Amino acid sequence: MVQITLRNLAHSYRANPQTEADYALKQMDHVWQDGGAYALLGASGCGKTTLLNIISGLIKPSHGRVLFGDTDVTQADTAARNIAQVFQFPVVYDTMTVRDNLAFPLRNRGKDAAYVKARVDQIAAMIGMEAMLARKARGLTADAKQKISLGRGMVREDVNAILFDEPLTVIDPQMKWELRTQLKSLHRDFGHTMIYVTHDQIEALTFADKVVVMHEGRVVQMGTPEELFEAPAHTFVGYFIGSPGMNFLDATVSGRSARLAGGHEIDLGADHGAPSGRVQLGVRPEYALLADGEGLDLSIRRVEDVGRHRIVRAEIDARPFDIVIPEGVEIPAQPRLTFAPGKINVYADDWRVAPNAGAA
Amino acid sequence: MDKIQNNRAWFLVLPVLVIVAFSAVIPLMTVVNYSVNDTFGSNDFFWAGLEWFQDAVTSDRIHEALGRQVLFSGIILAIEVPLGIFIALNMPRQGFWSSLCLVLMALPLLIPFNVVGTIWQIFGRVDIGLLGHTLAALGIDYNYVSDPLAAWITVVVMDVWHWTSLVALLCYAGLQSIPGAFYQAAKIDQASRWSVFRFIELPKMRGVLLIAVLLRFMDSFMIYTEPFVVTGGGPGNSTTFLSIDLVKQAIGQFDLGPAAAFSIMYFLVILLISWVFYTVMTNLDRDGGN
Repeated sequence: MVQITLRNLAHSYRANPQTEADYALKQMDHVWQDGGAYALLGASGCGKTTLLNIISGLIKPSHGRVLFGDTDVTQADTAARNIAQVFQFPVVYDTMTVRDNLAFPLRNRGKDAAYVKARVDQIAAMIGMEAMLARKARGLTADAKQKISLGRGMVREDVNAILFDEPLTVIDPQMKWELRTQLKSLHRDFGHTMIYVTHDQIEALTFADKVVVMHEGRVVQMGTPEELFEAPAHTFVGYFIGSPGMNFLDATVSGRSARLAGGHEIDLGADHGAPSGRVQLGVRPEYALLADGEGLDLSIRRVEDVGRHRIVRAEIDARPFDIVIPEGVEIPAQPRLTFAPGKINVYADDWRVAPNAGAA
Repeated sequence: MDKIQNNRAWFLVLPVLVIVAFSAVIPLMTVVNYSVNDTFGSNDFFWAGLEWFQDAVTSDRIHEALGRQVLFSGIILAIEVPLGIFIALNMPRQGFWSSLCLVLMALPLLIPFNVVGTIWQIFGRVDIGLLGHTLAALGIDYNYVSDPLAAWITVVVMDVWHWTSLVALLCYAGLQSIPGAFYQAAKIDQASRWSVFRFIELPKMRGVLLIAVLLRFMDSFMIYTEPFVVTGGGPGNSTTFLSIDLVKQAIGQFDLGPAAAFSIMYFLVILLISWVFYTVMTNLDRDGGN
């Protein structure tokens, strides 16, 4: 178990990368704490699998270094890094029994039979496959096979880290929940560093202590689920996390006040200086309020009832704007829009502008 | 709602029935007809019952040809299947060299059978053939015209040269379809090269191997043209395989009745062995159930 450091890391699949667009991974510097549960979240093609494979050693980065603890492992192969990885689609050895599948990584490392048996039994109990241990893996359902893959990933106790590459894609929703809970409890019990790649924000937010959001080959934010929700560092995070995502309004900002394109003035609750570039206000649908009287003009397109709350799909100056209304709250007859104080984020050229401390 | 019955649709099947009748059923029934009659040509038939079948079953000549045939198929399967797998494992997986290998591998498969025979017939000749002459110059006594062992070696090597590509290409296709994650997982599990082959590559190739073995068995069991061109079944009868024997009987001696009986049994034997192969292999496939 080690701390993983990425130093000046970048990767391009091209032989001679010229422009930044040639890089699948833009340069990054990050430290992954020992024993942390991380989720690597991003849309398809954002480079999260590339980053995972660099950490696991399946890909050698074209630039920068990877450190496990104080050891430089950039050139070390997967086996030398002593990590475990679970892939998106089930990887099982069809001709082996379930037991042999689970025991395979241990036997290859020369562990003694008694230990292997005990450990395999323990893992089998965890993934709920004790009854199938003597069965051949061939012909099992995709669910069961992926559980074997997960089990094989977790069977070694001495690994430096366990990496998951969208491991629950093929699993039934019901089982997903159960397995994720088990992964969490496993993390609590053994304290392995876990990195979990997913494009599903629910999976990321429920699994991880820290979520790493990637966008176009760049880590745009590394933070707790709460940080991602309250203060997205990049407009992509605001848009990607949350359902529906954050709303953005073009504005000019100076100090505590913002002026929207339509001329409306809004109090930001904190001094944001005078950001330049394309300036936007980001407001979570949860922090937008509909009330009679004062506020911003908007036109409501439709209202969606999703059970616990309702989503109001509206427009401001012909740009979409979503509002979440809690259950039991009525929509006023002449709705005007106001924002919860202190919940407005300011973005300049897509990056968050932090308010000046103490000015609030 | 009543379903409309329109039996005229059956007429649409008619062309297929006609083609199959002329290409398979009628020729086969002609052979069956020959096998139970005695004829001296000129369309005079005398009922012979199962006499020709009894003759064929008890014929030493056919027994010997069958023995040679089984030995030949066994030898070439034992060489071509492992060799094909070995070649497929060592072929480059992508890029220019992979394409080049594929083209080179496919070449022997594209050569007409009698040309393959002619190539090796000349190649092996001691007087002008590159192989035969070189071996003779090295002091090795090699003459496929007079030495049965040399004839056998020539025929086997020729078949290996001709058909190993097929096994290799099929295996290569099987290997290419294995997702990269399997190899990555094996690396992480610290599997040895042998384990990767035994537990990943071989099981994933099982389907194509089944096809390869079946095709190679059937083809080799029916082999005619190449050995006929090279050795003509000799020296003596040493490379007279079933089909060569059959042709000698049917066309050489014009014994149409016995030859027909023989060919029907030949056909049934190939069918039977192929069925056994297929059943055994697919059952192996399914035994993962418990």
